[in-house]
Amino acid sequence: MPPAHAVPLNWYLILSAILFCLGIAGFLYRRSIITVFMSIELMLNAVNLSFITFSYHWKQVDGHIYSFFVMVVAAAEAAVGLAIILTVFKNRKSLEIDEISSMKD
Amino acid sequence: MNLWLIPIFPLAGFLINGLAGRRMSKTLVNVVAIGSVALSFAWVVKTLLGAGALEQPIVEHYFTWIQSGLINIGCDFAVDRLTAVMLLIVTGIGSLIHIYAVGYMEHEGGYYRFFSYMNLFMFFMLTLVLAANYLVMFVGWEGVGLCSYLLIGFYFLENFATTAGNKAFIVNRIGDFGFSLAMFLIFRQFGSLDFSKVFGAAASMPKEVGYGVLTTICMLLLVGACGKSAQIPLYVWLPDAMAGPTPVSALIHAATMVTAGVYMVARSHVLFLHAPIAMDWVAGIGLATAFFAATIGLTQFDIKKVFAYSTVSQLGYMFLGCGVGAFSAGIWHVMTHAFFKALLFLGAGAVIHGLHGEQDLRQMGGLWKHMKVTAITLLCASFAISGFPFSSGFFSKDAILSAAYERAPWIYWVGVGTAGLTAFYVFRAWFMAFTGKYRGDKHPHESPLIMTGPLMVLAALSLFGGFINIPHWLEPIFPEHGGENPVLVWTSAGVGMLGILISWIFYVRAPELPGKIAGALGGLYRLVLDKYRVDELYNLLIVRPLIGGSRTVLWRGVDAGVIDGAVNQVGARSRGVGAVLKLAQSGYIRSYAAWVVFGSVLLLLAVGLGGVR
Amino acid sequence: MDIALFIVFAVIAVLCGINLVVQTHPISSALSLIGVMGALAVLYLLLGAEFLAAAQMIVYAGAIMVLFVFVIMLLNAGAERITPARQLVKVIGVPLMAVFLGIVAFVIQGLLPRSELAWFGGFEGGGPRDVGIALFTRYLLPFEVTSVLILIAIIGAIVLAQKEID
Repeated sequence: MPPAHAVPLNWYLILSAILFCLGIAGFLYRRSIITVFMSIELMLNAVNLSFITFSYHWKQVDGHIYSFFVMVVAAAEAAVGLAIILTVFKNRKSLEIDEISSMKD
Repeated sequence: MNLWLIPIFPLAGFLINGLAGRRMSKTLVNVVAIGSVALSFAWVVKTLLGAGALEQPIVEHYFTWIQSGLINIGCDFAVDRLTAVMLLIVTGIGSLIHIYAVGYMEHEGGYYRFFSYMNLFMFFMLTLVLAANYLVMFVGWEGVGLCSYLLIGFYFLENFATTAGNKAFIVNRIGDFGFSLAMFLIFRQFGSLDFSKVFGAAASMPKEVGYGVLTTICMLLLVGACGKSAQIPLYVWLPDAMAGPTPVSALIHAATMVTAGVYMVARSHVLFLHAPIAMDWVAGIGLATAFFAATIGLTQFDIKKVFAYSTVSQLGYMFLGCGVGAFSAGIWHVMTHAFFKALLFLGAGAVIHGLHGEQDLRQMGGLWKHMKVTAITLLCASFAISGFPFSSGFFSKDAILSAAYERAPWIYWVGVGTAGLTAFYVFRAWFMAFTGKYRGDKHPHESPLIMTGPLMVLAALSLFGGFINIPHWLEPIFPEHGGENPVLVWTSAGVGMLGILISWIFYVRAPELPGKIAGALGGLYRLVLDKYRVDELYNLLIVRPLIGGSRTVLWRGVDAGVIDGAVNQVGARSRGVGAVLKLAQSGYIRSYAAWVVFGSVLLLLAVGLGGVR
Repeated sequence: MDIALFIVFAVIAVLCGINLVVQTHPISSALSLIGVMGALAVLYLLLGAEFLAAAQMIVYAGAIMVLFVFVIMLLNAGAERITPARQLVKVIGVPLMAVFLGIVAFVIQGLLPRSELAWFGGFEGGGPRDVGIALFTRYLLPFEVTSVLILIAIIGAIVLAQKEID
C-alpha cells in the first residue's frame, strides 16, 4: 500500500539523467584533467542511481549487485587513472587536456 | 592400322631434337630428324599397302576430345584415297627435303633447332591431312602456321626475317578467323564437325541458288584457304617468307603447307558442290591470282622471289581446278607441283649454296659449267612447270584447263596465257642463271651428293610422275570429269613452248631486249616490279590506321586514360577520404568524447523513436 | 515525507553537480562531488538500498574522493584559466546540453510505467544479508574477477607511481 507521500519512480530516473548530462557537460567543457576525471565519476554515480531504481522496480537485489561492481571498478579506475595523471604531469608539467595530443599523428 | 604412328614419329623427332639436340652430335641429330620422317613415310606405305582397295575411308577413333552439352568431338584420324595421296606427298617429299637440308644447313647455327621445327611441322601437317573432323584439322592448320612462323623467322637475329615471320603468321590468322567462323556455322547447321556426318547431311541438301548457309560456309572456308594457300588478297606473306632457309621454302611454301588450303577445299567438295556461287568465287580468285602472280614473277630478280610468285600462281591453278569442279585435277596439280616446285626451290638453294649466299639473278650467269647436276635437274623442273609434253605438269595443268574450258572458254584462254607467262619467267630464271657469262665475283661450285641426290629423285618425278593417274585413283571420291579435248591440250602445250622460245630469245639470243622493253614500258614496268605496291597499299589502308588507332585511342585513351585513370582515381579518392577522416583523429581527447556523445544521442533517438522492446 | 526528502536531496545533488561543472578550481569541484555522493546515499536509502548507501559513503566518498583530493594537493593544480573560447562554448553548449538532457530524460522515464511509486520501506531486500547471499552465490564469478581486477589496479598504480619517485 503506497503511502500518500510516495515518490514516483520516474523522478529518480529523471534525476539520474540530469546528473549524467551534468557529467557529460563537465567532461566536454572542462580543461583540467582532474576535473574531467571527476565528471566521469559523476556519470558513474548517476548510472548507479539508475541501477538501484530499476532494482526497486523489479523488487530484486540484482541491481544493487551491479551497482556494487560499478563502484569497485570505479575505485580501481580512479587509482590507476590518478597514477597516470601523476606521470603525465611529471612529463609535461601541465594538466591541460588539450596539450596531451601527441596521438594526433 | 595405327594411323597415329604416322604423325607421332616426327613428333618424337621434334621432342628428341628439341630437348636434347643441343648436346647431341650433328650426326645423331640428322639421324633423328631424317629417321623420324623416313619412318613416317615407311609407315604410310605399309598402311596403304595393307589397306587394300581403300574404297571406303578407314577411320580410327582415339579419344573423346571435347564432350560438353551438344558438342561431342573426338580425336579421329581417317584415311581414304585423297588422304593417301596427300600422305605420300607430305612424307615422301618431306623425307627428300630433310635429307637435302642436312647438306644445306651444314654450316648454319641453330642446327638442332631447325630440325626440331621441321619435325614439328611434319607432325602438324600430317595431323591436318589425317584429320577426320574439322577441329582436328584446325589443330594441324594452326600448327603448321606456327611452324611456318618459327621457320621463316629462323634467322631471328635478322630484322627482315622476324618481320616476315610476323607477317606470315598475322595474315594466316586472318584466314584462320574465316576458318573458325566457318566451323561455327558448320556446327550450327549440321550439329557436328565430323567429315562423315557433315558431308552425309550436306549431300542430301539441294543446291543453293543465292547466298544461303552453305554458300556462306564455303566462302568462309575459302577465306581460310586464301590465308593458308596465299591467294588474293592474303598472298602477301608468301614472297616475304623467302627470308627463311631454302629447305623451309621448299617444304612448307611449295610442297605442303600452302597446299593445305587446296586440300581443305577438296575435302569439303561436297559442301562446295552444293554452293555454286562459292565455287565461282574459288575459281575466280584462283584464276586472278594465277595471272596476277605470274605477271609479278616476270620482273623479279631474286631467284627465290621468282619461285615464290610462281608458287602463288600455281596455287591459283589448283584453286581454279577445284572451282570449276575438277577437284581431282586440282589435287593432281598439288602432287605434280610438289615435285617440280620443291625441285625448283631445292635447286635454287643449291645455286645459292654454291654461290655462298648470292640470290640475285643479275649476279649469276654461266653456272652451267660449274653445276651441271643442279642445272640439269632445274631444267627438268622448268620443263615440268611449263607443261612440256608428257612431263608431270603437262598432265595436271591440262586436266585443269580442260575442265576450265568446259566451264567457260574465256577462263581457259586466260589460263593458257598464264601458262605461257609461267614458262617464260621460269626459263628466264634458268637462262639468267645458267647461260651466258658469270657476272658475279664468287667461286661457284657444285653441291655435295647429299643435296644433289634429292634433286635427282625429284627431277625423275617431275618428268615422269605425271603418269601416275591421280584422277583415276581418286574416282571413288571425285567422280570422273569429262574427257579431254586433244585440241585444248596441244594448244596449251604449244603456248608453253612459245613461252620458252620467247624467253630464250630475250635472255640468250638478244640479252639487251629485256632492258629495252623495260625502259619502254617505264612506269608500268616499275609498277609490276614493285609487286603492284600491294604491300604499300595494305600498309596504308590497314596497318597504319590500326597502329595509329591503337596508339591514340586504345593506348592513350583507354589504357592510360580510362583504366589507369580509374585505378588511380580510386587511389586518389581513397586518399581524399582518408584525409577527411584524418581530421577526426585530432589527438584531442575531448573531441573524441564529443563524438561519443554525438553517437550516443543518435542511438538514443533511434531507441526513443523506435520504441524500446 | 518521502517526497520532501527526495526533493531536498535531489536539489542538493543537482546543485552540487552544477557546481562541479562550473567551478574553476579542482578542489571546489572535488568537494562538490562529495556533496553529490552524500545526497545520492540518502536517495539510495529511500530506495531501500541500505548496504549500498553505506558502501557509497565509505568507499566512494570516503576513499576515492579522498584520493582525488590528495592528488589535487600533490599536483598543486591551480584554477583553470578562462579563455574567450570558453565564453563561446557556454553560449552554444548550454542550450545543446539542455536539448540533450531533454531527449535523455524523455527516453529514460519512458522505460517505467508512470504510475509506479517508491516509498521508504517499499523494498526490503537491499540489506547486507540479501546482498551477501546474491554476491556469493549467483555472482560469485564476477566477484572473484573483480578481486583480481583490484589486484591489477593496485599493481598498476604502484608501478606508475613508483616511476615518479625514481
